[in-house]
Amino acid sequence: MAEDLFRIAGKAFTSRLFLGTAGYPNQQVFLDSLAASGAQVVTVSIRRVDMEGGAEGILDLVRDRAWLLPNTAGCATVKDAVLTAQLAREALDTNWIKLELIGDRETLYPDVEQLVTAAAQLVDDGFAVLPYCTDDPIVCRRLADVGCAAVMPLGSPIGTGLGILNPYNIEMICSRSTVPVILDAGVGTASDAALAMELGCDAVLLNTAVSKSTDPVRMAAAMGHAVAGGRLARLAGRIPKRTRAEASSPELGLIGG
Amino acid sequence: MITVNGKTRDHANGLDLPALLGEAGVDLGARGIAVAVNGTVVPRARWAERAVADGDAIEIVKVLQGG
Repeated sequence: MAEDLFRIAGKAFTSRLFLGTAGYPNQQVFLDSLAASGAQVVTVSIRRVDMEGGAEGILDLVRDRAWLLPNTAGCATVKDAVLTAQLAREALDTNWIKLELIGDRETLYPDVEQLVTAAAQLVDDGFAVLPYCTDDPIVCRRLADVGCAAVMPLGSPIGTGLGILNPYNIEMICSRSTVPVILDAGVGTASDAALAMELGCDAVLLNTAVSKSTDPVRMAAAMGHAVAGGRLARLAGRIPKRTRAEASSPELGLIGG
Repeated sequence: MITVNGKTRDHANGLDLPALLGEAGVDLGARGIAVAVNGTVVPRARWAERAVADGDAIEIVKVLQGG
């Protein structure tokens, strides 16, 4: 089979799994999970330096192992999200940004009005913008229209593990989108990631489903297989669903007939 | 008074960004650090020439784990 590359913002990847770096039991489990997942893109956050000092080693751990996608997680205003993106660009020497603009801290749902505004500003400033957004085809279209490099609709709220609550919307978004669609948030287990790919997503971004599982390294491997398997199934073209049985074995030549 | 990462503090005349970063425990050679003054990023190459003035609001950030 021909190599099935995932192309986005001028880069090409053989893996369609993006892995978050937060919440693992320890650094070694994270590194082993990253290796087991096959992910080539990892997300990181940008936070104020602890004035007490204390260096964090995440950057040294991942910079030679994966392409870095910094996020604006937790930002609630356009101003804070744009400045966080600009700080990320300076800190990591990348113009990629996972744009998160949260409407409230309880639901962690995107504030789509501010999201589109911030996305347009960042695109104008030269960023490759990957916005975390609702599973709304119109919001996704508007984000693509302002020049985002991808859209990243949620399957369900961040960290819930509820999977894809509205597969019809995700499929509709995929069928209409002019930019890559990356399912972001809500994946709980491997079948959720496989379903995202079967619905037509170009990639899946997940974190908690691996980092908080009982055996993160094993779950990371499962996610890698699920994304690859779901992608193959999508390319292969599934059979139409039927409401009546249809025998798969030949119906002629049955004994006793 | 200046504000550093949301906290107000006194500052001495002549304070510049490298000195402030040093006080904050930041290794000036460390990767993954970025600084903004009054909402504008100051590139690392210009840290040394950026004096800190009264009323400045400074953000010093680093890369952490994230989803």
